Parts: sequence; C-alpha cells; structure tokens
Amino acid sequence: MISALGQSTLRIVAESGDLARFTARGFASAIGSRRLGRRLVRAVYEQGVRCLPVILIVGLFTGLVLGLQGYHTLTGFGSAALLGPLVANSLVRELAPVLAALMLVGQAGSALTAELGIQRNSEQIDALETMGIDPYGFLVAPRLIAALLVYPIMTGFFSLIGLVGGWLSGSVLLPLPGGVYWASVDQAIDLGDVGQSVVKSLVFGALTMALCCYNGFNSHRRSGATGARAVSASTTRAVVFSSIGVLAADYLVTSLLV
Amino acid sequence: MTAPASVVSATPLLAIRSLQKRFGDRVVLADVTLTVPRGRVLAVVGKSGTGKSVLLKCLAGVLTPDAGEVSFEGRALTPDDPAAFADFRRRCSYLFQGNALLDSLTAWENVALPLEQTTLLPKPEIRARVAEALRRLELDGDALRYPSQLSGGMQKRLALARALVTRPELVLFDEPTAGLDPLRRNAVFTLIAHAQREFGFTAVVVTHDLPEALVACDEVAFLDAGHVRFSGPPSAFAHSNDAAVAAFRDSTVALAQSVAALRAGGPLPANTLG
Repeated sequence: MISALGQSTLRIVAESGDLARFTARGFASAIGSRRLGRRLVRAVYEQGVRCLPVILIVGLFTGLVLGLQGYHTLTGFGSAALLGPLVANSLVRELAPVLAALMLVGQAGSALTAELGIQRNSEQIDALETMGIDPYGFLVAPRLIAALLVYPIMTGFFSLIGLVGGWLSGSVLLPLPGGVYWASVDQAIDLGDVGQSVVKSLVFGALTMALCCYNGFNSHRRSGATGARAVSASTTRAVVFSSIGVLAADYLVTSLLV
Repeated sequence: MTAPASVVSATPLLAIRSLQKRFGDRVVLADVTLTVPRGRVLAVVGKSGTGKSVLLKCLAGVLTPDAGEVSFEGRALTPDDPAAFADFRRRCSYLFQGNALLDSLTAWENVALPLEQTTLLPKPEIRARVAEALRRLELDGDALRYPSQLSGGMQKRLALARALVTRPELVLFDEPTAGLDPLRRNAVFTLIAHAQREFGFTAVVVTHDLPEALVACDEVAFLDAGHVRFSGPPSAFAHSNDAAVAAFRDSTVALAQSVAALRAGGPLPANTLG
C-alpha cells in the first residue's frame, strides 16, 4: 500500500512537472508564431462568445438565489439593507470567478480537449510537425492567451448579471428599495475586490485551459485507452482536474490576497 | 559548410542505416538499411503490419527510432542537430495514410497552411500556388469546402495537393492510393510520376498496389518481418526467386489457385491470412 501511494505520488509530481513544461512551452511558442491573431480571434470566440449565454444564465440565477437567501437571513437580524454588500462581495470575490471558470471548463474546456484529442488521433498534430509547423504555437498558444482575455471578461459579466439577479430578488420580488440595494453595492465594492476577482480569473483561466490543452494534446499517452476511448477519458480527466484545480487554486489565491 | 557538387551528387539524398524500432516487446523494424538516390522514386512494399508506415514515420521524425541512423544529403538527422532536422522538415513533405487534413480548415486553407506558416512568400504568390495545386488535383470547385464535406478520394487528392504545394525535394507517401478505385489509383500514380518529372523530387512510396508501383516507381524495397528482403529495380523484383517476394508478388496467382481448390471442394488453405 505504501509502495502504491509512493508510486502515485511520484506519478502526480512527474505529471505536474510535465504540465508546467507544457504550459510554459505553450505560452513561449506564441513568440514568432505566424498568423496568431487569426487563431486567437477564433479561440476568443469559442471560449467567450459561445459561452456567454451560459455565463449569463448561471450568473443571473446565482444572484437571484443569493438575493433570496440573503434577504430572508438578514431580515432575521434586522439588517436587510446589507443585502447589496452580501451579494456584491460574495459574487465579486468568490462566486463569479469560481463559477464562471467552472462553466467555461464545462463548455469550452471540454470541447477543446475533445478537439485536440481527435486531432491527435487523426494525426493532424503529427501532420503539423511534419510540415515544420510548431503544434504548440499553432494549437496551444492561442487557446492559452485567449483564456487570459476571456476569463476576466466572463467573470465581469457574471458579477454584473449576478448583481442584477440580487436586485431582482431583493427589490423587485421582495420589498427592499432598489436605491438602498444599489447604493450599498456601490459602497461595498472597491478596487481591491475587483483586483482579487481579476487575479483569480487569470489564474483559473491559465490553469484550466492548460489542463484541457494538455489532456487533449497528450490523449495518445493515456495508458489503457486508445482511439475514441482515449479522447473521452482525456476529456473527463480534463474537466475533473480543472474543477478540482479551480477550487484548490481559489483557496490558495484567497489565502494570499486576503 | 557546403560540400563540393561532386560529393553532393554522389551522396544519396536519403540514407537509412540499421534502423530499429520496437513497440514494447514487438519488434517492428529489426534492421532496415536503404538508400534513396536523388530524383528516384522508391516503392516500399510488403504485407500489412510489416512496418512500412512505421519506417516512413521514423524517416519523417514522427516516431523516434530505437537505433540506427537516417541521413539527409549525408547529414545525420539526430536530436543533437536540430538545424539539420529543421532543414529536412522544410524540404520534405509527408502524405499521411489517413490524410491528416485539418478538419477545422477549408480545402483552400489546408493547402495554403504550409506556405503561410513556413515560408515568406508574398500573399499573391501563395494564392497562385494554392489555386494551381487545387486545379491540378481537380479540386478547384471545392476550395471552400471542409474535409468532412469531401469524399474519401477527394480528401486523398487534397492531402496530395498539400504535400506538393511546397515543392519539396523529398516526398514521403504513406499509402497514397488506399481506398481509391483502380482508375483513381492510376490517376494518383500518374500524378506522382508527372509531379516528380516536373519538380524532380525524390519520393518514398509505401503502397500495397504492386502492379502500379512496379510501373510507376524506379526502385522497389520489399519489407518482411522488420528486414529489407529485397531492394532493387522493378524488373529484378518481377523475376526474384526469393520465396517471400514471390509469394507477395504472385498473390493473385495463389488466390486463383485457392479459389479453384475451394470450388472443387477442397479445404481452406493454411496460412490464408499470413
């Protein structure tokens, strides 16, 4: 058992190092990669525009639930006027970066892993290499850079629509005056909160897209699975590890920033 | 350092020495030694699973051989000399058995890709070359379609267009006629021969289509159990007395005999599937 635990630990450490090298090479290969802009636009579209509806829907319902729960809890303490700060701080500092990242992993990240896995399976990545085209610069770099642009923007949209959801709950469906809600939201959020949200979204973006690219790109190295099964196993693995990674990184970043 | 012209012409463009490759316990290439002189077309033939595609992938650098050496113009392609390998990649094209077309790009974009990414050609020149490559392969009406919207034969021709658009000095063809009807097979071999005469490239063609290969190629190498069992001109291959070569070459005769025996009520011959 101790031997198995040791082997697992060694494997995790080795794979973490491999992932770090992969990520560094992915970013570095952007330098000198031709026509990167065109591929970057496509990656931003896939991660951003396509995922916007789900971000807005989840953000709205998160805000609605926060408003509903928060109003009834705060009313018990005679502090319903603090609903705005509760919704705003919960969203901007924690829920928006975490939930937006999880949604992006579920939609864009899983699709990306599957796409790269299929490209690996059908020798498209090998074909790039034989043509003298760096597959890291061609396939990985635009996805990683796009994540650094898209994740903060999506987190911003999530926060904004979540605040609207909190207002709908507290002030439209429940009797808290709208002016009180928005004024307290305005007072509750400062630049530090926004900065924390941006830092988290950048970390989550780089981490999750690197994990998704890494798993898809290396789907042929999965032992015990080949072909379509390797693609599905890599996609599952990417989503599971990214989700765990987001929550673990959230704790680490929060403990550093708070 | 540039070698004198006399030395360059005497050196084979591609030299393979004692190449070995295994996957786990399975030895695919036991000891392969071959040379391909500049301007010649070498057909690599053999039964399925004898390592023909693996050999080609080792040449292209997609797979790393366990032992042995590949030289291009006398310069060994090793991990210690990335410049030599980059030069080789720039001057070599590879046609994959499964075509390996990028499915997110249109036919036009697929053909333009190596020119856009690896050359400094001006855009009008790239457009002209891509249009010409598509026209030659009768794909000019399908330039804006994606690979998934093309038939198998059209995909093969598109991959061929992409392989030739860079005007490479060495082209590695992995089963260029797999899945094509006899007329298309002839057309592809004719096209390779025509393109070879026009551009003067050297080619290694892995194929199962023996009659076409014997007609269209200058040299034949027969791979069997990880070794080169025969290497020489097609005329010598046609008259070789080697048992394995003869069995492969005369498989149609053997088929006729087997079918005749079965129709006469005989048993299924031994080693039917090799």
